[in-house]
Amino acid sequence: MALIELDGVSKKYGDKTVLKNVSLKISEGDFVALCGMSGGGKSTLLRLISGLEKADSGSIKQENKEISTINSDARMMFQDDRLLPWQTVIQNLLFGDKSEERIKLAKRLLDRVGLIDYQNSFPASLSGGQRQRVALARALMSQPKVLLLDEPLGALDALTRRNMQDLIIKVCSETNITTILVTHDVQEAVRMADKIWIIKNQGIAKELTNPERNNQTAEAQLKKDQLVETALSCILDNN
Amino acid sequence: MTKSTFKKKFLPWLLPIVIILFWQLAVQLKWIQSEFLPAPTEVVQTAIVDWKKGILQKNISISLFRATCGFVIGGGMGFILGLLSGTSKLFRKTFDSTIQMLRTIPNMALIPLVVLILGIGEPAKICFVALACLFPMYINTYHGITSIDPDLLEMGKSYQLNTVQMFKQIIFPGALPTILMGVRYALGTMWTALIVAETVSADSGIGYMSTNAQQYVDVKTIYLCIIIYAFLGELSNYIAKNLETIFLEWRNSARSLTEE
Repeated sequence: MALIELDGVSKKYGDKTVLKNVSLKISEGDFVALCGMSGGGKSTLLRLISGLEKADSGSIKQENKEISTINSDARMMFQDDRLLPWQTVIQNLLFGDKSEERIKLAKRLLDRVGLIDYQNSFPASLSGGQRQRVALARALMSQPKVLLLDEPLGALDALTRRNMQDLIIKVCSETNITTILVTHDVQEAVRMADKIWIIKNQGIAKELTNPERNNQTAEAQLKKDQLVETALSCILDNN
Repeated sequence: MTKSTFKKKFLPWLLPIVIILFWQLAVQLKWIQSEFLPAPTEVVQTAIVDWKKGILQKNISISLFRATCGFVIGGGMGFILGLLSGTSKLFRKTFDSTIQMLRTIPNMALIPLVVLILGIGEPAKICFVALACLFPMYINTYHGITSIDPDLLEMGKSYQLNTVQMFKQIIFPGALPTILMGVRYALGTMWTALIVAETVSADSGIGYMSTNAQQYVDVKTIYLCIIIYAFLGELSNYIAKNLETIFLEWRNSARSLTEE
């Protein structure tokens, strides 16, 4: 059974149609990447699933329940970290709820993202990568079923980006959380996701599977390179 | 002593000390007439005499009382009105235009009205100070709340924070730097309003001391009053700075990084 199901979803901003009659199914534990050109509707799709936006038509369901308000079982990681600068790292995770249980969970998550030593630091004293790691821990605080990643690595340098990719893959596989990643970087999508959907012309133009994601052999690498080429040619194809 | 300690602690005092020394020297060498500008030592002597008579402490404490009451009442009202305008669309639509209109009326123009309604006693003086503090606090609180980063509000919404959490975690701390700027500005207008209030039919306070000295051509007391105002102004500044240090610790941590 699909965890998330979109059926005939359309969305317009003014006169501009961003998504038109989109239907898709995402199963529990999937790591899906939505790839495409900027302004293609990838982030809109994510915002619809999170409940931050409402579809003009069609239905969006999670576990057969219609998402009509903010999706309480999904948490979003934004391109900018959106940490509260006046709160310390741990306070950013707690949102004022200082119960022993929440503090324990926050510390465990900070340990998992390698920032336990920075729990009392303010975000301004952290690097961009560290701030995104805090944002990742914050997203996991409510132990959501779905993690929505809206190009969270877009502003990071190549090395930090690679480390963050590894961390997200590790955390997602450990928790078996369903993850939807929006990215315009096809290589990143192939490296992280086991399903890659190309968003184009207000809909899903192609669905690609990436069975070799965790395979590091030369043969598997070749297949992944071919997948990158296929995805790129699909995105750049004018038809 | 390290170079940074010198810069931090002594450099701000260097210019006032140089000015006072130059002032003393200019009077002693008769570059300027002492009847218009008495030497600092003479002003100090006047201060000691007035202190011994109990005049100085009485007038300072009365002025401080009026200033504090006016600031708490006016600043508090400005803060509450700003808070309501910033958070409620209905309140903003109903009251903001009226408050903005009242804000443009010069304080001086209100003196006859305040005296007519409240007389010449303490309530009139406190009311005058309160009016001067109300608007800076209103503007800054309102502006602080309405300028919160919409991305942070969206984050709060997506993380399902309730109204109280939204206010406590995002809106109020986000608006606090601008609110504290309002406190600093209101503390400035507070003294200006107090001087004006104490020159209108007052029989106590530093403003009264100064007006009274003017009638008796007592230049030393006039300078003493000016210096007291300068010290009280600096005291307000010190309080405002400390409030910022206490409540905006996070900003200091960011600043120390950029200054490194």
